[in-house]
Amino acid sequence: MPDVRQLTINGQAHTVEAPADMPLLWVLRDLLGMTGTKFGCGIAQCGACTVQLEGKPVRSCSLPVGAVAGRAVTTIEGIGATPIGAKVQKAWLDLEVVQCGYCQPGQIMSAVALLAGTPHPDDSDINAAMSGNICRCGTYVRIRDAIKHAADLPD
Amino acid sequence: MSARHDSADTFSRRKLLQGMGAAGALLAFHLPVRSAESPDAGAQDTFAPNAFIRIDRSGRTTLVMPQVEMGQGVYTSVALILAEELDADYSKVLLEHAPPSDKLYANPAFGIQVTGNSNSIRAFWKPLRKAGATARALLVTAAARQWNVEPASCTASEGVVHHAASGRKLSYGALAAAAQRVSPPADPPLKDPKDFTLIGKAQKRYDTPDKVTGTTVYGIDRMLPGMRFATLAECPVFGGKVGHVEEATARSVPGVHKIIVSEDMVAVVGDHMWAAKKGLEALAVTWDEGPNAHVSSQQIWDDLRAASEKDGVVAKSEGDIVQGLAAGARHEAAYELPFLAHATMEPLNCVVQLKKDSCELWLGTQVIARVQQTVAKLTGLSLEKVTVHNHYIGGGFGRRLEPDMALKAVRVAQQLDGEPVKVVWKREEDIQHDIYRPVYRDTITATLQDGRVSAWKYKVAGSSILARWLPPAFKKGIDGDAIDSAADVPYEIPNVHVAYVRAEPQAVPTGFWRGVGPNNNVFARECFLDELARKAGKDPVAFRRDMLGKTPRLKAALELVAQKSGWGQPLPARVGRGVSAQTAFASYIATVVEAEVDEHGDVHLRHVHCAVDTGIAVSPDTVVAQLQGGLIFGLTAALYGEITIENGRVLQSNFNDYRMLRIDQVPRVEVHLISSGEAPGGIGETGTTAAPPALRNAIFAATGVALRRLPIDRAALARGART
Repeated sequence: MPDVRQLTINGQAHTVEAPADMPLLWVLRDLLGMTGTKFGCGIAQCGACTVQLEGKPVRSCSLPVGAVAGRAVTTIEGIGATPIGAKVQKAWLDLEVVQCGYCQPGQIMSAVALLAGTPHPDDSDINAAMSGNICRCGTYVRIRDAIKHAADLPD
Repeated sequence: MSARHDSADTFSRRKLLQGMGAAGALLAFHLPVRSAESPDAGAQDTFAPNAFIRIDRSGRTTLVMPQVEMGQGVYTSVALILAEELDADYSKVLLEHAPPSDKLYANPAFGIQVTGNSNSIRAFWKPLRKAGATARALLVTAAARQWNVEPASCTASEGVVHHAASGRKLSYGALAAAAQRVSPPADPPLKDPKDFTLIGKAQKRYDTPDKVTGTTVYGIDRMLPGMRFATLAECPVFGGKVGHVEEATARSVPGVHKIIVSEDMVAVVGDHMWAAKKGLEALAVTWDEGPNAHVSSQQIWDDLRAASEKDGVVAKSEGDIVQGLAAGARHEAAYELPFLAHATMEPLNCVVQLKKDSCELWLGTQVIARVQQTVAKLTGLSLEKVTVHNHYIGGGFGRRLEPDMALKAVRVAQQLDGEPVKVVWKREEDIQHDIYRPVYRDTITATLQDGRVSAWKYKVAGSSILARWLPPAFKKGIDGDAIDSAADVPYEIPNVHVAYVRAEPQAVPTGFWRGVGPNNNVFARECFLDELARKAGKDPVAFRRDMLGKTPRLKAALELVAQKSGWGQPLPARVGRGVSAQTAFASYIATVVEAEVDEHGDVHLRHVHCAVDTGIAVSPDTVVAQLQGGLIFGLTAALYGEITIENGRVLQSNFNDYRMLRIDQVPRVEVHLISSGEAPGGIGETGTTAAPPALRNAIFAATGVALRRLPIDRAALARGART
């Protein structure tokens, strides 16, 4: 029985055939070939799969696609088109945050959501918003600095 | 699908550049890494003086990367070294992953093609400089011949040869065909480091622009037309076999394509990972647990402690240890380090397409030639029929020094009909079937005289990874990795005796883990030195400094870190500073960790300072970044890292029970670079070995509790707080 769904991802309409309980992560990666969103743990512990659902950061490995219908999804492939997303990506490069880079799409999606709600976050804001994202390379020191740098970048 | 990938790649970069204004200028030089097989590789008019450099007639300069990029910045550093001596236009060079070839791309330190042990830059420093300088000499000679002038009267810069006297110039592209016909010079002159224009200067990394837009293709991201997706499970007990499998429920999961049952693993192939994962979970497998079903951590520790009582093979003997130990106050201690998983953020994976007479693999690996060789052996195909495409690696840390993931993926592909399959390990499977950092037990006996160490008897007991991984390197019962930083003590001690006992844990496979051998030896040595300093009534920094006369570079690092960290200045109650010093990987590093221990035994990191003399820093900011990250990697292990075994199986499974430091726990980490003209040292591993003893010594200073095992025992610290 076909399980056809309409999704809006980065402002574009997509039609996929997927069971309702299939996590958005695998719809993005395996059905749509949007591999910027990463698989890390599968249990919402590491944040590598973070995307935004109507601007809020969510762990796509644990978000059934059935719960997404009609709601705007933004991924790392699309976040650079937003002013805050572009600033965060620039800040990440200005400070050379990235090492292996595997967790960074998730880090960036969380950081953009933080800055959208809190344009000038302090350390405790950053801790609260970013502690769900693990970086095994240990780039945390630069992530903190880059979020503050992004906050200070002109539009 | 792959075509769409490529166009998305190009598109998003353009968009990024447009959207970034000023940053665009910085990034404008960035071009994508191409796959290993390039159309111009064998072209007639391409200048290809060696395996690392190709210049076509348009001037397009391609640098082939013998070492793989896993975050350590090696692509940027290798490109800088080649471009420096080549006098290439660095802003326009293209990078390419090297194909498998021990002949062309062997790491000089190992004799095989491998990225590890922090020796990419150490081992390739001279060969790459020579490769660049040779190519430059050929291009200059080609130009000089064309102009009928002496090569010495010509200069080169940014991809152009100049003849100042006549004002003539020719681009490298225009010279490519002619340079290919010039005989290479035997010993081309290398630049004087004072003339470097790229090495040691601030340079942006090559790999990072794609990584912030999500367009970098890691092995796990490779998509192929008609691809299937699979995930697998091995027996939870090491060495166990598949008993009975009930397939009916799994077969009814929508999207499940095939169920594969082999002697030692089961796999489910589906239309996507979700189908494969659900299918695998629906399989009812009865395992034949085999002879290891009763192995436990307790038993492994009992075995190791017993083994460490043996004499071992002598790795080093200086002075007279018997006499040295007979004089002065004698002190003893034993230090123990646990099994660790690698937990790379990118779980194990491999894409395979196995056809009747060929096999093609896509993955990120630290040992691409070994992957090719082992797959050829498994499939019975000749080497030329096995193609391996390397990728950016989402964390290696030693895990991808093994080819096991490729072999298992090929075994899945052997059950398919030639269609490509992406095999992805669930995180739980990745953690529970890792190849683990071994358990170690290091025992030390020392005597003190006049506030200095006068005798030092040190014994390492633990697994020999080299005996399995590179058997020729395991000589006369000594594993050079296991005793790294044990046999080479930087301190002036007149009587030294170092021995090694090979002790393999039952059932648990062991492998390299970031920091490798020095992990155990720097920890044991630096922890014991703090205990000895206290016995001697001396400050830990002064105690070390007074014994570093023969190691001035380390002494300078120690003095710098003491100054930067405010060593000796007053601290609140239950806060301490701890120091460590090391020469591992030919980098001279001193580290101070400041930490607080609360009444519950919880440790709060307050500040980390690190001073480093790594010789010439090819990419200085990368050295700082590697130390910042490496220190956090080490602190994570010290605070939380332990794999435990019960009933033959690993108890940990995912990030909920195999914990990582998170941003809210991480303090400022300040790295202080010492300028140096010495040859470059290794850097990727160093922070990981430096941090644990510095943290442990900070806890010792804060509480008086001398911990001798990792991870840090919070219960012991809580008890210490009460007494």
